Amino acid sequence: MRFGVVRFPGSCDEHDTARALAQFGEVRLLWHTDRNLEGLDGVVLPGGFSYGDYLRPGAIARFAPVMEAVADAANQGMPVLGICNGFQVLCEAGLLPGALLINVSRRFQCAEVELVVENRNLPFTKACRARITLAAKHQSGRYYLPPERLAELERQRRVVFRYASGEAFNGSVGGVAAVANERGNVVGMMPHPEHSLGLGGRSADGLLIFRSLVSALEGKGGNG
Amino acid sequence: MARRARVLIRPKPGILDPQGEAVERALPNLGFAGVTNVRVGRLVELEIEDPGQLEEICRRLLANPLVEEYELQLLDGNG
Repeated sequence: MRFGVVRFPGSCDEHDTARALAQFGEVRLLWHTDRNLEGLDGVVLPGGFSYGDYLRPGAIARFAPVMEAVADAANQGMPVLGICNGFQVLCEAGLLPGALLINVSRRFQCAEVELVVENRNLPFTKACRARITLAAKHQSGRYYLPPERLAELERQRRVVFRYASGEAFNGSVGGVAAVANERGNVVGMMPHPEHSLGLGGRSADGLLIFRSLVSALEGKGGNG
Repeated sequence: MARRARVLIRPKPGILDPQGEAVERALPNLGFAGVTNVRVGRLVELEIEDPGQLEEICRRLLANPLVEEYELQLLDGNG
């Protein structure tokens, strides 16, 4: 199985993500100017501060050449996961609904958070328990979507994870920590599975996300 | 001839603005009483050959229309 991890100038979690994925298959690091995703079974947009978070997080990264290829692949059904800054990029690119605003606390928040898994039928959640614990670290993670559109998202079961503490963690509407596109193959999440691999006595639940992806791809007969 | 333009970008009404709140809460400590509804946005100044492109530039890059509104100001002459 082959996974692509996209690097933008200012990404910083691409190596942790690649290391996590390497437990499950081959990993190819992609540069923001790459346009070729051939041979890949899935793509991850990692965390960090693409283009310095200038203007708004993800606002400039969405115009990177690689994003055209990611959008094409997403439209063809390839699993695409955006983590933290990757989530912000997917929202700015219009591949996911909503926006991620500065935390209510205005602070960079860093903690292990408990998440309620609201949809366990997606390529990234099949192997998850009803509740998992992942690292979260961000300053602009307050998910926003107007109430009527959020209600529609909830009806379509496209809220994937919710902070168990609800809106208390960073002020996200409805405590939303992750959302999916209509088809379910594109997911954006603020918490970091690649930082929750069981090292140093921390949660190992990040492995559940990557294991889900692998079993979803195996079910589909990926590239082996 | 390039025109000078100014774009004011602000959080939409109803969108919580933690930066504005922080500023508002700091003011009484400096002795300024009675300041309310502080909102913090962005100001972009630029020069542009074709001002007809400004709307699209704002919609697609400078502002996020879901959470921000923008106001265009074309400035006089080439000063």
